[in-house]
Amino acid sequence: MNLFKPALFNEAQATRRSFLIGATAFGSSLIVGFSAKAEVPQAGSNAHENPFVGYVKIASDDTVTLYSSQMDMGQGIYHGIATLVQEELDADWGKISVVGGFGNTALYGNLSLGGKIQMTGGSTGIFSSWERYRRAGATARVMLVEAAAQRWRVPVGEIRAEKGVVRLLSGKSATYGELAVEAAKISVPSKVDLKDPKDWQYIGNEALARYDSGPKSEGRQQYTIDLREPGMLTAVMIHPPKFGATLRSFDASKAKGMSGVVDVVETPRGVAVVASGMWEAMKARETVTVEWDDAKAENRSSGDIAAEYRAAADRAGEAVATDIGDVNAAFASAAKVIEARYEFPYLAHASLEPINAAARMNADGTLEVWGGHQMPDLHQAVAAKVAGISPDKVILRVMKTGGGFGRRASVDSDIVVEAVATAKAIEWKAPVKVQWTREDDMRAGRYRPAFMHKMRAAFDDKGNLVALRDTLVGQSISKGSVLEAALVKNGVDRLSVEGIVNQPYAIPNVRVDLTTTSSPVPVLWWRSVGSTHTAYALEAFMDELAHAAGKDPVEFRLALLRDKPRHAAVLRLAAEKAGWGTPVPAGRFRGVAVAESFHSYVAQVAEISISKSGLPRVHRVVCAVDCGVAVNPDQVRAQMEGGIGFGLGAILKSRITLDKGRIVEGNFDGYDVLRIDEMPSVEVHIVKSSAPPTGVGEPGVPPIGPAVANAMFNATGKRIRILPFGDSEKS
Amino acid sequence: MRITLNGQKKEVQADPTKPLLWVLRDDLGLVGTKYGCGQALCGACTVHVDGQAVRSCQTSLDDVADREVVTIEGLSGRVAKVVQTTWRELDVPQCGYCQSGQVMAAVGLLSTKSRPSDAEIDDAMSGNLCRCNTYQRIRAAVHEAARRLGA
Repeated sequence: MNLFKPALFNEAQATRRSFLIGATAFGSSLIVGFSAKAEVPQAGSNAHENPFVGYVKIASDDTVTLYSSQMDMGQGIYHGIATLVQEELDADWGKISVVGGFGNTALYGNLSLGGKIQMTGGSTGIFSSWERYRRAGATARVMLVEAAAQRWRVPVGEIRAEKGVVRLLSGKSATYGELAVEAAKISVPSKVDLKDPKDWQYIGNEALARYDSGPKSEGRQQYTIDLREPGMLTAVMIHPPKFGATLRSFDASKAKGMSGVVDVVETPRGVAVVASGMWEAMKARETVTVEWDDAKAENRSSGDIAAEYRAAADRAGEAVATDIGDVNAAFASAAKVIEARYEFPYLAHASLEPINAAARMNADGTLEVWGGHQMPDLHQAVAAKVAGISPDKVILRVMKTGGGFGRRASVDSDIVVEAVATAKAIEWKAPVKVQWTREDDMRAGRYRPAFMHKMRAAFDDKGNLVALRDTLVGQSISKGSVLEAALVKNGVDRLSVEGIVNQPYAIPNVRVDLTTTSSPVPVLWWRSVGSTHTAYALEAFMDELAHAAGKDPVEFRLALLRDKPRHAAVLRLAAEKAGWGTPVPAGRFRGVAVAESFHSYVAQVAEISISKSGLPRVHRVVCAVDCGVAVNPDQVRAQMEGGIGFGLGAILKSRITLDKGRIVEGNFDGYDVLRIDEMPSVEVHIVKSSAPPTGVGEPGVPPIGPAVANAMFNATGKRIRILPFGDSEKS
Repeated sequence: MRITLNGQKKEVQADPTKPLLWVLRDDLGLVGTKYGCGQALCGACTVHVDGQAVRSCQTSLDDVADREVVTIEGLSGRVAKVVQTTWRELDVPQCGYCQSGQVMAAVGLLSTKSRPSDAEIDDAMSGNLCRCNTYQRIRAAVHEAARRLGA
């Protein structure tokens, strides 16, 4: 989700942030990042272990625990934050671990949103953490050195601190852990200097191995599904089979007599079958009969929705997102007009760990909620409301998750509601983990909204591209949510039009208009959000326009990117590295696309052949990325590789289909995604930059679809305008 | 029901029709083996039964009576060690959730084929989904592990 504005890319917040850095001694450790003005007070009595109050905790055993404002769904932000702190702190890298923080917006608020809410998303993690966590590391280091100076009665200038050890030239030394208690008593420096980039050892270091690769290669990483708290029960849900249906009644008499079944209860989001384990719960669920009230349910099929969208796309959009120049006049006097309509299906996130959360009411009145908490402030408030307690009694345990891709950032905290409501319905007598099956995950929503784009372009009699018009039709992600006020302006949800409303080409007349549809089908951000469809429509259409103009697609774009140096630079780099313009091996074809999303710039050249099925086989993708400073270059590459595979699977094979309101796809047989035999060889080139870092979790996704589609045209002369490609072949 | 689990004989009290996946996770507390689909479509639950990589979600407890089951927790030997070291050194995992299954599949492959080709890797590994799409590194890690094992 592209929630932040470029205007926030300045240093103005640094000063405001700096006074939040404080320090305190809890037990035998130094905690940096203490803020006395926690907006939500801490719960629990074991304050020294409490993650609400800090960024960095150095314990006397030399372990360093970092409290991350961002949750980690695999994108590697814990590693990124560890790198930022480590650059300034220089602890023993092997003793660093990272856990999720929450409950203190002043400390953890996402700086891309002005620090007003804690949120993981929009590829903002590194941007938000860049100053904050380096400063935290530097503050801790200064205090450790000062503590050593006082202990040894020497000037600080004679002290070096590195690799977790503070040393004097004389050979005297102490570990950071040994100095932690004394350091915590030092007054917090009001200002710390950050290293000059030329002295960086960790930022930009190719050799720095990701700190959590070991446990993840050995099956030791714990996720929410793995929780085994004493007495913990497992619940599976029965959701309405059609979105918008409500519960009328249910009969669980058979289930209640089954082995291992504890109870079958009503929650605000469906019926929960609570049992000793997953298998027992799933078996019991099959015997429960439920009557639903479909009066307000979605009853349409995908074909009906597409027909309505097509009709709407033929009319002017109901709201105007941008209107530059005089589009009508430009089309009226055009020498040539090109039109194309692009159709995008609903898509599921289909993270490999199906959605889950767990809740336990403790004897002291605190409520613990485990999960992949991507919007902790909201989840905390919602959990409190469902439980009927005050928010300060809620303890969120932020778990690493098996994927996410946007799905865990549900603004209504759906799975948190289910876990807390289920635990409450059994009168808090045991901790409960609500675990969705794959079918639940596929059919209970939320999806990348289906969209349609009607694109039109006008050339004048000299062959200049003089006008571009895009009429979009689709559901709004923000409308009806707590984010509506911030993101919907004049009837336009920014998330619907990002990627097209800010299109980079120098075209004098541009209009983007939008008809926002409504449906009970719940929609959500899906890795790269609006750009999942806007970049495809724009970049596939630009290729059509280059062809119509008789120009090379790279040259055609570059001429129109004259005011966009960062777009142009990645496009040039990808083209050069891919050998654009040089002969392709026999049977191979190239296609190119470029897109900016989340303030990072990515261009990709795809090299394909056509398989027997008529679908493209992608052999090689050359990717150029400009994300400012590459904090972890190998993780930038990993995110580009992953984003390309994620986007490629979706455009080739994935769609969610409605049949009279019911979701057809239930598992990975119907909802197909990329497999290893379809993964291209990906080559990533990172533009050297000193600009502040921007995100990489999402920006690898948008260009791959149009790059492959454009290669497909070069191979077959056919334009793919209905996604996924497999459906386009059938149409 | 008697099985050999990670080298130890074990008497398991559970419904014999219960999938091995849930016996391992819920009854025995071995949660390194993951649930992803329940239909043998994703490979996250891959374990070894008598040395073969199988999907534990579609294998019932009585299917493994008196057989040798190895999970990610009990993986041992030279091939396993080299594969896991390579996985770590190449920073293969992103979220990590599928990686137990990927590692089990890779160890299964390299235990029978010392120098698998790309096509053989595809054959052996295409049943193991990775939604983070770490496939390029999985492929590279299998090749690298094969190289180290042959060296």
